[in-house]
Amino acid sequence: MKKKRLRFTVNGEHHELYIHPKKLLVEILRDEMGLTGTKRGCNTGSCGACTVLLDGMAVKSCSVLAMQAEGAEITTVEGLADGSRLTPLQRSFLDHGAFQCGFCTSGMLMSATAFLEENPTPEDIKEGIQGNICRCTGYNSILRAIKAVAEGKYKEEGR
Amino acid sequence: MKKPPYSVINTPVHNIDGIAKITGRAQYTFDVTLPRMLHGKILRSPYPHAEITRIDISQAQRLKGVKAVLTGKDTLGKKQGIWRRFRELCDEEILARDRVRYIGEPVATVAAADEDTAEEALDLIEVEYKPLPAVFEPLEAIKEGAPQLHEQAERNINVTRHIECGNVDEGFQKADYVREDWFRCSSQAHVCMETHCAVADYTPEGKLTVYTSSQSHYYIKVLLAEILGLRENDVRVISRYTGGGFGSKFELDSAQFCSSLLSMKLCQPVKIVLTREEEFTATKRRTPMFYYVRSGVKKDGTFLAKEARVFTEGGAYTAMGATALYLTGFFQSFPYVWPSYRYDGYRVYTNTAPTSAMRGFGAPQATFCAETQIDLIADDLGIDPIVMRRKNAMYPGYEVPGQATIQSCGLDQCLDKIDKWIKSRGKLPPNRGIGIAAYGFMSGGIFNWFDTPYAFSSAVIQINIDGKVDLYVGSQDMGQGSNTTMAMICAEELGVKFEDIRLHMGDTENCPVDLGAWGSRETLMQGNAVKMAASEAKHQILQFASAKLAPNIVYDLDIKDGWIHLIARPERGLSYYDVVKEAIRGKDGQPIVARGHYTPHRKGMISPAYSFGVQAVEAQVDPDTGKITLKNCVTAHDCGQVINPLGVEGQLEGAIAMAAGYGFTEHLPMDEGKILNPNLVDYMLLRATEMPETKVMEVETYEPEGPFGAKEAGEGLTNPTAGALGNAVFHAAGISIKNLPITPEKVLNALKEKKKK
Repeated sequence: MKKKRLRFTVNGEHHELYIHPKKLLVEILRDEMGLTGTKRGCNTGSCGACTVLLDGMAVKSCSVLAMQAEGAEITTVEGLADGSRLTPLQRSFLDHGAFQCGFCTSGMLMSATAFLEENPTPEDIKEGIQGNICRCTGYNSILRAIKAVAEGKYKEEGR
Repeated sequence: MKKPPYSVINTPVHNIDGIAKITGRAQYTFDVTLPRMLHGKILRSPYPHAEITRIDISQAQRLKGVKAVLTGKDTLGKKQGIWRRFRELCDEEILARDRVRYIGEPVATVAAADEDTAEEALDLIEVEYKPLPAVFEPLEAIKEGAPQLHEQAERNINVTRHIECGNVDEGFQKADYVREDWFRCSSQAHVCMETHCAVADYTPEGKLTVYTSSQSHYYIKVLLAEILGLRENDVRVISRYTGGGFGSKFELDSAQFCSSLLSMKLCQPVKIVLTREEEFTATKRRTPMFYYVRSGVKKDGTFLAKEARVFTEGGAYTAMGATALYLTGFFQSFPYVWPSYRYDGYRVYTNTAPTSAMRGFGAPQATFCAETQIDLIADDLGIDPIVMRRKNAMYPGYEVPGQATIQSCGLDQCLDKIDKWIKSRGKLPPNRGIGIAAYGFMSGGIFNWFDTPYAFSSAVIQINIDGKVDLYVGSQDMGQGSNTTMAMICAEELGVKFEDIRLHMGDTENCPVDLGAWGSRETLMQGNAVKMAASEAKHQILQFASAKLAPNIVYDLDIKDGWIHLIARPERGLSYYDVVKEAIRGKDGQPIVARGHYTPHRKGMISPAYSFGVQAVEAQVDPDTGKITLKNCVTAHDCGQVINPLGVEGQLEGAIAMAAGYGFTEHLPMDEGKILNPNLVDYMLLRATEMPETKVMEVETYEPEGPFGAKEAGEGLTNPTAGALGNAVFHAAGISIKNLPITPEKVLNALKEKKKK
């Protein structure tokens, strides 16, 4: 099949690629662009490890064709921190020990980053990460970390 | 206020790998790409039991992009297994040559330019099978005349285990009350978020490097060398970040050996990542067990005699299942004083995917049966479940005859705390109940079936000119946090800051041997090795400091927070950083180097130390739907001295999620050996919305055998939840379900039965 042109923005940088149109967004991010922070745990949209932001919305990048991102703005876990300046959510994850093996962590961070914009209640937070599986932590430390940010306990650093 | 005795231990430090993990920089095996790398796939048996009569790979070889197609003929034909001391238990071929024994057994492997091509090539491999009669249930497989899987195993009996202490028959005679029950404990999948994967890179120098997601790079190195006919140290295993293990990643797996075979053939790197479906169907899983348990007690609830028999569904090969058979027998009587106890375990071969180690290692099954039965006995005798447990609880100094000596034990305090919590709940709404379970677990195993000639754990320390400490460990961090724990132990013992430690792990080429992360062994065993190395390094530094400070010989020196001082006069001292500089100059410019090691000696048969705890689960049962909702899960827990409080809390909550899943949602139903739900939609593990409130109450004891008094805090926490959940259902609805998982269907059926009575 002929390759097609894909133009999109990833972590604030504009990219123009020629790709196989059947490729998934996760494949392009990981295999073509080297953004391996985005993981893949199932390939069926069930685990959430591949969650990224597409125009600010959390999507499972194993369930999106890369071509569907044409013109869109993608944010991956690599795009969260500004240099060594971590986001409030990342700092809260550190303080709360909200990860263990870390393989689901990128997806958790991206899902939460998306819904934190909407002033979530504790119930909203639980539902917000319902699509993300974590086999290590039992979720509660993750919920505490997100809640602390939702309650304004973590401010943006140096801005 | 009394100053806390420790500067680093039991403080909320950040995980040492934390920033790498939350910024996406942590490179897992799944993320490894090497120049010229190919991709591999594995062809697996579709039959539960069959002879292979012919394999034709010619079509697959001709497919464009295919580089190699290998079958059993391309192996050395050896059988492998992790119980290396017992050759007959090394029963697994890496690629089956003439017979397959379970659906999912590897038969051939392909390397191609990309995954899609490799996948396509699998379809072009022609394998002719002659199906053989198969057997799936251990109680069937053990019968005379059942299809036999292995020549040496009559009636499919793979391993047996007998434990006996005291006079059991006499105990039952003396008992006022005897009860017997049958239990069925189901299987469970580990579901690591990173599926098994490996990148093998063989070079013409005859050296093989394997990046892999693993719980023990040492085991994988040795097993690969053996099966491939290489020298042990011509194999290098790198396992820096592991995306979950839970017991599934310390045996040799098909991604590792297939990628290695292909790379050796091609002298090119080959990557194999198992799909989620393969992960469910073709990697090992928790051992299903059929348990018969009979207990005799006095009227007042004092335990007298216990007898247990178990038949475990072994699947097609031994794997680590032999250890599970041993441990389930030991933990069936734990954590209680049984004056007499008899256990007979039979591991039975079946034509199903092999069963093996999974977090808790046979103990969750044993604890489920034992704790369910204790509540039934307590109910029959009209005794409070807490009182009954307290009456028979193990205590410090108790000796399990011929098996173990309990040193530290906070079980009694744990019972107090849980008792208090239950009372604080007051009257519960209808159909709500609280169930408890007491548990314990080992802090690393003493047994050496792997037959390692090395110390069980080793550590090396090098202190550099700026005072920065290079700590080399063999332990494997799969998420449980041993990297952080080891750095904390090192910093505390040496008297430096946590940030002064630079940790090196996950690479057999420059890390000392440790047996790996299984059996809850790292904190105690690797921790002791690290503490010994740090202590030795400190001793060297103090020799130089002593020369400078010239104290009266009766004074001792120590280091704390980077300050070397006289213990009796802490203000008199020197900076650690200054002394290190001079010490290195004084050592002919050589950095300070120290080593530490640990192997348990004269500590019984099982483990040098045991954790203890009691867990209470509060659950709501919907009598119309049978649905169970978890409300609270409260645990009083004795892991000795807590090293990393965030880590312990995380282990506890994570264990609850996994163990509650085992209790009521997770299940691997099969039809003729085929797993029916090999995906994350139909295999239901707990999601965030289903997690109960969790509360941890630490009971601090001091374990003399552990570093700073610490013992295990990882696997043991998986033991109580299914039993406590079952007991909560019993107290909520008056039904006792002895068949895991406790699904709504089973609840409804039991409620119907109850009504009939």
